[in-house]
Amino acid sequence: MSQHKLIVASLLAALLIGCSSSRSIPDPEPTDSAVESSGGGSATDAYGSDTMGGGEPIDYDPTAGELANIFYFDFDSAELRPEDTDIVARHAMQLAGNSNLRVRLEGHADERGSREYNIGLGERRSQTVRRMLLIQGAATSQISTVSFGEERPAAMGDSEDDYAQNRRVEIKYTN
Amino acid sequence: MLKKALSTVVIIISFAGPAWAELDITITQGAGKRTPIAVVPFGWTGTTADMPLDIAEVIGNDLSRSGRFAPIGEDDMLQKPTDGTDVDFDDWSILGVEAVIIGRVTQTGENAYSVQFQLFDVFGRDQLVGYRMPASRGTMRRVAHRAADMIYEKLTGIKGVFDTKVAYVTAQPRGNGRLYSLIVSDQDGENEFKIMESTDPIMSPAWSPDSRRLAYVSFEGNKSSIFVQTLRTGSRIQVSSKAGINGAPAFSPDGRKLVVTLGGVDGNLDIHVLDINSRQSQRLTTHRAIDTEGSWSPDGRYIYFTSDRSGGPQIYRVAADGGTPERITFEGSYNARPRLSPDGAKLAMVHNDRGNYRIAVLDLERKDLLVLSVGNQDESPSFAPNSDTLIYATRQGRNGVLETVSADGLIRQRLASGGGDVREPVWSPFQRF
Repeated sequence: MSQHKLIVASLLAALLIGCSSSRSIPDPEPTDSAVESSGGGSATDAYGSDTMGGGEPIDYDPTAGELANIFYFDFDSAELRPEDTDIVARHAMQLAGNSNLRVRLEGHADERGSREYNIGLGERRSQTVRRMLLIQGAATSQISTVSFGEERPAAMGDSEDDYAQNRRVEIKYTN
Repeated sequence: MLKKALSTVVIIISFAGPAWAELDITITQGAGKRTPIAVVPFGWTGTTADMPLDIAEVIGNDLSRSGRFAPIGEDDMLQKPTDGTDVDFDDWSILGVEAVIIGRVTQTGENAYSVQFQLFDVFGRDQLVGYRMPASRGTMRRVAHRAADMIYEKLTGIKGVFDTKVAYVTAQPRGNGRLYSLIVSDQDGENEFKIMESTDPIMSPAWSPDSRRLAYVSFEGNKSSIFVQTLRTGSRIQVSSKAGINGAPAFSPDGRKLVVTLGGVDGNLDIHVLDINSRQSQRLTTHRAIDTEGSWSPDGRYIYFTSDRSGGPQIYRVAADGGTPERITFEGSYNARPRLSPDGAKLAMVHNDRGNYRIAVLDLERKDLLVLSVGNQDESPSFAPNSDTLIYATRQGRNGVLETVSADGLIRQRLASGGGDVREPVWSPFQRF
C-alpha cells in the first residue's frame, strides 16, 4: 500500500464520518481521484537536477471516485484478483476509520455443480475478502458474511461469460 | 470400477393431466417392452350421476407412467365387467392383455364411499389381488394410488410409490428479483400445495421420516437459517440461526436429529448433528476444507457427506457418533451431494461425467458407478422410498425441470413445470394411510 493511498483512504474515511448514508455504496468523493492522479510521478523537485524519474502514464478512469464493491473470481478459485486488492484495502480503510460502519460480504458461485457445495464455494470467497479486511484494520464486529451459492445469479445465461459474472463477492454497507 | 453404458430405447408419450396440474409428466424413455394390461372403467353406485373421481383413470395413468405397462384403450375392450364373476378370460386373451383390473365405487354415506378393485392374471385365469377400502372425497385419489401400488407390487415384485409425495423449490421472476416457493405435491404432480414462499432464496428441503415435517434453509433477512415446518399446521420452528452458514439439513432415521452444515464466523463449513428438541449440537468434522451435504445411512450408523479435503469434492462417511472420516468415492474429479437409497445398497450423487454434471449411483457392494442422467447440469438426486427410482433436477433451456429415472437407468420421465424454475426435488418416505 502506497503512502498516497493511505492518505486518500484516511481522507475518505474522515469524510465518511457523520455521513448517515443508507446506500450500499458510500458516497464517491472527488478528492479521491484528484489526489490519486498526482501520485504517479517520482521526479525530485530540485530545480536543474540532472536526473529525472522515468514517470508512468496515468489512466483516466471516470469511475475512479467510486469504490467498486463487486469482486469477481476465477473458476474454482477463491483468490482475489491482483487488481482488486487495492480496492479491498480501501474498503478496509473506511471500516478502520469509522467503527460505526458495517458490511455484509455476500459470496456467490456459478451454477455448475451441487447447490450446497456451491454455498461453500461462495463462503470461501467471502472469507478471502473478510480476511483481507481484517488484516488491514477492520474489526470482526463490522463484518458479517453470507453465501448465496448459485441461488442469486447476477447473469442468467449459461455461457462462460455469464458464469464469470456470477462468481463474485459483493460488499454491502448495511448502515 | 466399471462405468456402464446405457443402451436406451426412447419412447415419447404425453399425458395431458388436469388443467390445474403444474407438473406435466412425459415418459422420455421406457423399458423395451411394456406389458399390455386393461384397466376397466369402475362401476358406480351413488346419489350423483358420476363418481367423485375416475379411479380407473388414476390407476391406469399410474401404471402407464411407470414405463412398464401399456393399458389398452377403452374402445378396444370387448367387455367391461365390474365384478370378478363376469370376467371372460378368453375375451382378454384374444386382445393379448396379460392383466385385467376391474372395480366398483359404492357411496355409503354423504361423504363416505367404498372402493373395491380386483387384479386378474389372464393367462393363469386367477385373481392376483383384490381389496376393498373406505374413502371420502378427500382421500379418494390416495385410495386410487394405493390400489395402483398394490397392483404394481403384485405384477413387478417392486413396492409401488404412487401414494407418495414430492417436495421441491420453485423460483419465479417477481419484480427485480424472484419469488421462491417450497411446494409439496403428489408424486404425479397433482395436489400442489405451497408450504412457504419468500423473496429470499429457499433451499435444501428434507423430509422427516414420518413425512409430517420438512426441514429447509431460508435466507430471510439476508442470512441463512434452518427451519422445521409441520405440514398439517404450517407452524415452523427455527432450529439453527448461527453466525455464518446454516445449511444442508437432513433428518436422522428416528426423526429426532438433523445433520446440518455450520460455517461459523470464519466460514469453515463442517458437519454437525443437531438435536431438534434440545438444540444441542455435536461437531462431527473439523477439517478446514468444505464439509457439507450430510446424509444419514438408513441404519443410522453413518453420515455420508461431501468434502473437498482432497482438492475437489468427493464423498466421505463418518460414524454418526464421531470418528475419522473415510473416503467413499474415487472415480472422477467431482462427486457431491450423497444420498443413500432407503435399502442402504446404493449411493446417489452428482458426478462430473466428462464435463457434464450428472446423476450417478454407486453400488456400495459391487463398487460400480452407473451414470443415470444425460443432461449437463443435473443435480439434487433423491431416492423414492422403494429404492427403485430417483428424482432429480435437470435443465430445459434456462429453466430447471424435474426428471425421474429407474435405478437401472432404463425408464425416465420428465415432469415439466407450468412455468418458472423448478429445483431440489425430494421424494417423501412411504405415507401412512
